[in-house]
Amino acid sequence: MALATLAVVVPILLVLVTIFVRGYQAINWEFLTAMPRDGMKAGGIFPAIVGTIILIFATGLAAIPVGVGGAIYLSEYARDNWATRTIRLAMINLAGIPSVVYGLFGLGMFVLFLRFGTSIVSGALTLAIMTLPIIISTSEEALRAVPVEFRTVSASVGGTRWQGIRYVVLPQALPGIITGVILGLLRAAGETAPILFTVAAFYLPRLPRSPFDQTMALPYHLYVISTQVPGMPPQIQYGTAFVLLLIVLTFSLTATLIRSFFRRRRQW
Amino acid sequence: MVIPDMPDHTPPPPKIRIEQVSYFYGAKQALHDVTLDVPAHTVTVCFGPAGCGKTTLLRLINRLNDLVDGTRRTGRIFLDDRDIYAPGADVPRLRRRVGMVFALPLPLPGTIRENIIYGLKLAGERSRTRLEEAVVRSLTQAALWDEVKDRLDTPAMAMSGGQQQRLCIARSLALEPEVLLLDAPTSGLDPISTDKVEESLLTLKQSYTIVVVPHSIQQAARIADHAAFLLDGALIEYRPGSELFTNPHDTRTQDYVTGRFG
Repeated sequence: MALATLAVVVPILLVLVTIFVRGYQAINWEFLTAMPRDGMKAGGIFPAIVGTIILIFATGLAAIPVGVGGAIYLSEYARDNWATRTIRLAMINLAGIPSVVYGLFGLGMFVLFLRFGTSIVSGALTLAIMTLPIIISTSEEALRAVPVEFRTVSASVGGTRWQGIRYVVLPQALPGIITGVILGLLRAAGETAPILFTVAAFYLPRLPRSPFDQTMALPYHLYVISTQVPGMPPQIQYGTAFVLLLIVLTFSLTATLIRSFFRRRRQW
Repeated sequence: MVIPDMPDHTPPPPKIRIEQVSYFYGAKQALHDVTLDVPAHTVTVCFGPAGCGKTTLLRLINRLNDLVDGTRRTGRIFLDDRDIYAPGADVPRLRRRVGMVFALPLPLPGTIRENIIYGLKLAGERSRTRLEEAVVRSLTQAALWDEVKDRLDTPAMAMSGGQQQRLCIARSLALEPEVLLLDAPTSGLDPISTDKVEESLLTLKQSYTIVVVPHSIQQAARIADHAAFLLDGALIEYRPGSELFTNPHDTRTQDYVTGRFG
């Protein structure tokens, strides 16, 4: 038991500590708020930070309505037939597709076919498709965990099916749904391959001007400065990695707080 | 003797008329050709051994079994001479007219007050005064007002089981239904709470038509104006309670009532 705990906790701590120790020198106000200079060897990573945050929210904008809506359909309306079994099978397979394949799909579908170009819209849609299986399956699980009796009671006092979902089932399932959404979005936030061909800019020392603009993003920027730029000071690499970690952890912490807030209001 | 030109002597139309109803869960038949009239302002009990179809029959009267997949029904059920299964029937409205209390107390998440006004709010009631009146009236009718009047905004799940069950009765009454269906409402309760629930039923029948699945034969005998004995999905005997329990016609009813099986 204790050993297993150690086996999980130690690597995480090692990663955090290593990255922090090697990167903290790079992190200062300028690093966080300035544009990159001198072929990214100096200045800050501001556009990459903003780009990643924009991508997280844009992905959520696309993925949450579809994902939660799909989960509600699967859990509350769909009957068990060949169509729903196909949807579930597709979801399992979707979850297993390598992220670079999503990237290529996004390039073909959104960038080229729908002519969104290399843009935030293309990147967010690509990331949204990648996160859908996680959001749908965790949300569906959360909805199914709400006792069926609540739906019956709601119906028995004259509630329509949708009213029962809206006023009883959804509020009870919300903590689980939030967890699923955040898990999905965080996975999207750290991915490089799906944004490689769809949105990420190699070097763009300005903020995006519209949803159809490119943007820098932390994971891709990290990849670039780690492999594509000779003579890169290592503390900038580690500093960038640390900022990415920090953003992910902040989101995950926020999610935990929201979840425990809703859970305290639940009585069963 | 019925004299045709003296309408006072014809019996009033039944509140609920169940007409040749059969019901199937998949291939399994749960009800066989049940026909039954429930008069207004009475307590009618439906009883029989486990699996005899009494709960199914109850849930058909407010179409709650619509929620169960893979079922089939034949025959018709009328409420005030209107077929409740007619195409285009307003099911939410039917369920407001025909309330249901379940075997286990099932408060919704939320406070006592929220539980009571949930149905009214779904029906579109926005007036705070009317919602407040409904809270007081229904809790009083369910013999719960004195116990909870100071903690209406505390979680319903924090109440005792007996209080929760009376809350569920109050939640149905808040909608001012015409019929109240109770499926073994006292099965999870202690004797004192059971007494309270039975007492409130006897008061309530002045304003409501009540159909109960009792949790024991003794309870059935205590509260029944009319009693229907079901066995394997078939209606065996349906007569005024005072007759059925003292002088059953059918030997199967007699065997069950006297405790020889079941």
